[in-house]
Amino acid sequence: MTMTEALHLALDQALERDERVFLLGEDIADPGASGPTAGLSTRYGTQRVLDTPISEAAIVGAAIGAAMAGFRPVAEIMIMDFIGIAADQLVNNAAKLRFMTGGRTSAPITVRTQVYGGLSTGATHSQSLEAWFMHIPGLKVITPATPRDAKGLLTTAIFDDDPCIFLEPIRLRGQRGMVPLDPAFAIPLGEAEVKRPGTDVTLISYGRAVVEALKAADRLATDGISAEVLDLRTLVPLDVAAMVRSVGRTRRAVVVHDAVGFAGPGAEITAIVQRELFGTLLAPIERVAARFVPNPAPAALESSIYPSVERIVAAVRQTLRPDQARSDPTKAGIRG
Amino acid sequence: MAGTPNDSTDPPDQPGLTGLTGLTGSSDPDDRDDLASLAPATARRLYELMTLMKTADDRLSRGISSGELLTVYWPSRGQEAIAAAMGVCLRSDDQLVTTYRGLHDLIGKGVGLVEIYGEMLGRQVGASRGKGGTMHIASPGVGVMLSTGIVGAGPPVAVGLAMAAQRLGLDRVVVASFGDGATNTGSFHEAANMAALWDLPLVLLCQNNLYAEMTPTEHTMKIEHVADRAAGYGMPGTRVDGNDPVALVSAVTEAVERARAGRGPTLLECVTFRLRGHYFGDPMAYIPAEQLAAATEADPVLRFRARLVGSGACTAGDLDTIDAAAVASVEEALATVLAAPPTALTEIDHDVYADARNCPA
Repeated sequence: MTMTEALHLALDQALERDERVFLLGEDIADPGASGPTAGLSTRYGTQRVLDTPISEAAIVGAAIGAAMAGFRPVAEIMIMDFIGIAADQLVNNAAKLRFMTGGRTSAPITVRTQVYGGLSTGATHSQSLEAWFMHIPGLKVITPATPRDAKGLLTTAIFDDDPCIFLEPIRLRGQRGMVPLDPAFAIPLGEAEVKRPGTDVTLISYGRAVVEALKAADRLATDGISAEVLDLRTLVPLDVAAMVRSVGRTRRAVVVHDAVGFAGPGAEITAIVQRELFGTLLAPIERVAARFVPNPAPAALESSIYPSVERIVAAVRQTLRPDQARSDPTKAGIRG
Repeated sequence: MAGTPNDSTDPPDQPGLTGLTGLTGSSDPDDRDDLASLAPATARRLYELMTLMKTADDRLSRGISSGELLTVYWPSRGQEAIAAAMGVCLRSDDQLVTTYRGLHDLIGKGVGLVEIYGEMLGRQVGASRGKGGTMHIASPGVGVMLSTGIVGAGPPVAVGLAMAAQRLGLDRVVVASFGDGATNTGSFHEAANMAALWDLPLVLLCQNNLYAEMTPTEHTMKIEHVADRAAGYGMPGTRVDGNDPVALVSAVTEAVERARAGRGPTLLECVTFRLRGHYFGDPMAYIPAEQLAAATEADPVLRFRARLVGSGACTAGDLDTIDAAAVASVEEALATVLAAPPTALTEIDHDVYADARNCPA
């Protein structure tokens, strides 16, 4: 099934199995709904699949209040660029409630939001803002790259005891794959998955960029370079052990993501991996990410700012250059 | 001039000066009939709560000033009548979302002084084991679900709590308490619209103390009264003397009953004054001396005391006994808190996530 169908199935089964679950957001009820929520209000009623005014702060705030009272709300922020309106509720209420009240209250909400990059929708309908929320203690940040992961991770998020931000890359909506139909199927948060095994270099990625990384790995294979593709799946919690396992074997890493590179998720990932594997790495870790510009609307310009197969291949080749190989300090002497 | 209900002759350079006109917790003899509308036990309970709120504030102020107590504090002194009215009108299962200026609200809703002082002073016995601080006190057992440090952040959460009550078929009511400044935020607007749209069991209780931090309220909104905003949402808006506990009980009761009956939210504007400014230590240079003098004259606690005695509802001796009990409660709570262990350093590692293993290193 497609990723849209997988997300729909996760929501459908969560609504079916637990009365505490309800959905709220803009244009999520029939007949205005399209995408993963289409059909759900017809099946479960408009009290459980609730259209709201265009009020992002109140959508997330209401989800928080209902969650404090025992519900498991799934709020939808239609496009991630709109999440700034709700940022105060996420950052100052949802993320901090458990800590600030010494565990007396908490906000187990899920906020689904679509990442629109790549649709020529311009600078305010295209951003990958996950780094904002990785930076906030108390939030979890999740983004699937396959239909199977979409279903398994969304199911986990809905029933997780912490506030989860769930990013849905819209360009993967039509992607097809096998999805377990079992309502109990869930993927734990904080477990990365090797999407393609390899031995020469690890491409560390998540979300839409995983698809690009897999294509790049195919291209590299034709040149005899074996690239492993590690899909993080969740940014918080972050599966450091999986990164260390993979890069510990390949000794080279390239981080690939659609978020802006500067101060992006890759900066943290790179810092962690180099700290853990400083003596093992054969080359500096490369990053391939969106350029530091507002997203341009024209397709040709927009595609030029995102990670492409060409940019990923070039970064991998950079890590493989002979002059990048670390010299052995015991033989060459310590420089500097 | 904003804040001036009936009088167009006030000098425009004295913002808010007349905001208390006719809203002074009056000790006028005509009010004796109003007072008689309350059951004697209710009148007494109002005074008990108000004097406890005042005493708790006074003690903090004295302790911070002398260096005995180390904390930050946004004083509620002067706004006691509103919280006391809430205290006698709400059931224990009704819920409250309040703000950083919440000492009076917390006491009104029944949070213990040890929990409050403990939280303010960073002790393990605090409501949040000392981790939340003065601005972030919650005590769900008595219905205090959230205190926010961000102006305007509470009403959306109160909407969600009210949605939960409605969905569960419970007849509990949620009160969102906030200041006049909050009504200028987008969050307030979004929440008020949603609450009205869905007929939620919510009371939007605005404690209009005539200043949004250091700025006079009338410099922040074109309309005269916060309550007038209610019409824009399709809900009733009521303006009431926030220093008159009798008028407040009547207004809060009406709003709560309306919400409890499933007839939707009310915006209740309670006009009052902050006698100690925005934060403790605020030099209040921005408050005209005449306005502060008028507000001090209209001190709701002292006025209510005079009214109770003047009407014969209570004797001065009765009230002295209540005052002494408040002092004893406050001193006992403070002694308990000061003897309690400070919040342990290890508390930092708890409650970031449900499972600490999810925390990045």
